[in-house]
Amino acid sequence: MNEWKGFNTGNWNNKVDVRDFIQRNITPYEGDESFLAPATQRTLDHWEKVAELMKEEVKKGILDAETKVPSSVTSHGPGYVDKDNELIVGFQTDKPLKRGMMPKGGIRVVQNALEAHGYELAPEVSEIFTKYRKTHNEGVFSAYTEDIRKARRSGVLTGLPDAYGRGRIIGDYRRVALYGTDFLIGEKVASLAKLKTPIMDEENIRKREEISEQIKSLKDLTKLGEIYGFDISGPASNAKEAIQWTYFGYLAAVKDQDGAAMSLGRVTSFLDIYIERDFEKGVLTEEEAQELMDQFVIKLRMVRFLRTPDYDALFSGDPTWVTETIGGMGVDGRTLVTKNSFRMLHTLENLGPAPEPNMTVLWTPRLPLGFRNYCSRISVTTSAVQYENDCLMRTHFGDDYGIACCVSPMKVGKQMQFFGARANLAKALLYAINGGKDEKSGDQVGPEYSPITSEYLDYDEVMAKFDVTLEWLANLYIKTLNIIHSMHDKYNYESLQMALHDDHVYRTMACGIAGLSVVTDSLSAIKHAKVKVIRDENGLAVDYEVEGEYPAYGNNDDSVDQIAVDLVELFMNKLRNQKTYRNAEPTQSILTITSNVVYGKKTGSTPDGRKAGAPFGPGANPIHGRDRNGALASFATIAKLPFEHASDGISYTFSIVPQALGKEEQSRVNNLTSLMDGFFLDGGHHVNINVLDRDTLLDAIDHPEKYPQLTIRVSGYAVNFVKLTREQQQDVISRTFHQVM
Amino acid sequence: MKAPVSGRIHSIETCGMVDGPGLRFIAFLQGCPLRCLYCHNPDSWKRGGGREMDAQELVDEAWKYRSWMQASGGGITLSGGEPLFQPDFVLDIIRRAHKKGMTVALDTSGFGRLQDTQACLDEADLILLDIKTPLENEHKNLTGIRADQPRATLEYLKNINKPLWVRHVVVPGLTDSRESLDALKAILLNIPSMEKFEFLPFHKMGEEKWAEEGVDYSLTDTPQPDKSFMDGIREEFAKAGIPL
Repeated sequence: MNEWKGFNTGNWNNKVDVRDFIQRNITPYEGDESFLAPATQRTLDHWEKVAELMKEEVKKGILDAETKVPSSVTSHGPGYVDKDNELIVGFQTDKPLKRGMMPKGGIRVVQNALEAHGYELAPEVSEIFTKYRKTHNEGVFSAYTEDIRKARRSGVLTGLPDAYGRGRIIGDYRRVALYGTDFLIGEKVASLAKLKTPIMDEENIRKREEISEQIKSLKDLTKLGEIYGFDISGPASNAKEAIQWTYFGYLAAVKDQDGAAMSLGRVTSFLDIYIERDFEKGVLTEEEAQELMDQFVIKLRMVRFLRTPDYDALFSGDPTWVTETIGGMGVDGRTLVTKNSFRMLHTLENLGPAPEPNMTVLWTPRLPLGFRNYCSRISVTTSAVQYENDCLMRTHFGDDYGIACCVSPMKVGKQMQFFGARANLAKALLYAINGGKDEKSGDQVGPEYSPITSEYLDYDEVMAKFDVTLEWLANLYIKTLNIIHSMHDKYNYESLQMALHDDHVYRTMACGIAGLSVVTDSLSAIKHAKVKVIRDENGLAVDYEVEGEYPAYGNNDDSVDQIAVDLVELFMNKLRNQKTYRNAEPTQSILTITSNVVYGKKTGSTPDGRKAGAPFGPGANPIHGRDRNGALASFATIAKLPFEHASDGISYTFSIVPQALGKEEQSRVNNLTSLMDGFFLDGGHHVNINVLDRDTLLDAIDHPEKYPQLTIRVSGYAVNFVKLTREQQQDVISRTFHQVM
Repeated sequence: MKAPVSGRIHSIETCGMVDGPGLRFIAFLQGCPLRCLYCHNPDSWKRGGGREMDAQELVDEAWKYRSWMQASGGGITLSGGEPLFQPDFVLDIIRRAHKKGMTVALDTSGFGRLQDTQACLDEADLILLDIKTPLENEHKNLTGIRADQPRATLEYLKNINKPLWVRHVVVPGLTDSRESLDALKAILLNIPSMEKFEFLPFHKMGEEKWAEEGVDYSLTDTPQPDKSFMDGIREEFAKAGIPL
């Protein structure tokens, strides 16, 4: 094909194999950032218009919403904000920042979300999706059992994707650029023809139907290109087209699905190959290359979904998790850092900081020093980047994996997950003490085991009961997820995203736990100090008094950290024993996003001395203020958590004041680089880096208008600080900020 | 090896980033014979305070952070209090750390009789030396001890050509006079093994601790030096050839 001229050929020419294309054509870059170009005037003019709209959006809540036409790949468009200056085009609806609606997930959710923002759903849409077309949400609730409903209500299982799209699926959007849609359709048609199974059972019927749906979606994707005046049936022939084609693939996905996390994958170094080819041909300059990336990023910053207030409380700040995976090393020892890796991060300087796309650097001390220091510099100035351990993940996932959402690794185009939110282990511990009764409502949520009746808690007795409770919880949890994902496949199948996958997809059932530090400290208190139970008039344990000191999680003390390590493995093994939908492999994450506040609110007092309603530590973080031995002690504690038993990710959020990091900028950069080198050498999986003064945050609460772009990393994603709820702002501020002694 | 020497520790900071090269495990040793007017850690003065730890325990604790030390070229920093107030403890830590391949920096005022401290000074990898005041007759007023021992320590360090990072706290009205700065410059220009010099602006972050210790704080009305003054003297010293 003519569009492939100038590329080294290989297996990728005959079948879909993006990794092969990258490996044969990548130009690793070992230098520093000195080549980078500033934003062009055209970009700045364009960005100013968009920023203006975003300001208005913050004021109004949302800028606009669709009420009549349900969103699909071809439902809307074309739309522009500034046609003359817009190099990369395409919006989810016909207008910038106007939110589409996706009733396949659940009509009531759409209705509530619209109403909350002062819009009214068109009656015919409501009629169609109540009378004629069942939704995912309705499907799930038609199958939920009574005990699932109870667990959901009490909050021992929370955040379940039963009323919103599950997300965390990464379509391999690079395929659109490399092959064009015709080639991809041809492959899928061939797959369907080859699928000659001897028996026609439910599984094989579903497979056939899914591939047919995928073909339909790819045809729609071609049409989406046409709506904007592009023929994307063939491969992209230059860098600009490669970015535009890739973006069309992604845009189609976010028009079709409003999953919680709609991640981009790993496109940056792939796109570099096109940019390098254009450089070689002499048709592109560095300024123009940066301009294309800046404008691509502007589009990614404009992705929006319609959410309900409930959802916002859980995942605050309007996140979309357009996660882009940057850097890393190839299995052959060459770095996958390219000049475009720098350009991607440089957008944070050219356009100012922003939470999206969720820039995720795959870090190892083997990355070129120039790149590591540039990342650190960007973190020091923007706090917008997260880092994950490439060596740890490359072992499991090879060198073409991407991060979905916050911390979930998956092979791009070859693997997906059934997102499972999380189980509240702190609440489960209270159920163990209270014989399955909820500590807040008194309802019998778990099985009616005998409660603990002694005045002081005994470690062995608590552990024995906790073990049984976790057994129950793991079973109920997987049952719940099986229902959710079976219904999602049935009523809200992601045909466009799955069309950008291989036919044989490896699936994981991505469970999660919240409250790890609360449970760990509780068990440590029971073991190393004395914990007295306070019961109400019905004998329900509602509060605890800790007598004496206990070693707390986050201080690199094995006598408590090992409790956390064992707990992670214990619960994981219980999940592994369950039968999962589509035989997905159970995994778990230690991640709460901002929901640590909501989980805390729903959970009574715990034996570690935490009072009812107080927030949990986010992700795998220690409880605020209990880590007393300095930053490395907390890092070292987190690094002990076993990735093999939490392979969906272990999230740690680290905040430090600039002065503690070093006296001047260069030493801050060097120290941050060393901090991450050490953490990842030590086996840590993920870290959010915030370099911020607490005073800045306090000022931003009172004067949000002064800080429209103040970005802060929470658990696995970044948010505009001013978009957080008041409660979450307070939570962020109360967290440990490492200071100079 | 003999039984490890025990000493007293005020606290530990696992992630020091400004007290020596790289990321450093800092042990603040308890006990200090000095009474610097601007001290921000008066809680580390008392000899019997803090908690007991033996040298091996301390080195084992630091060893947990070797990934970061390796990545950054960091090591252990013994600070205080005044570490040379416990020279046997310090020496044992240095030797045990060296056995594991970790480097040790000493953050000291130069206190102590050489006969007691010499081995520590010889064997430490780096000395962070705090010159309290270059004016010998002001030393006692500012720190509670005479200048003799700190000066003897400095002379000895020069003789053995020990790598030095020298620091000096600028306190308005106490150490910021022209006379004082000129005297300091003269001393600094005569230390060939000095790798780095730092001016530290006086701050009052430790003020509440004085009240907690039940001691009167005399610098309540002393302002922090202003930034332009600090920038000016830094520039002046750098021009003179002092490695800042």
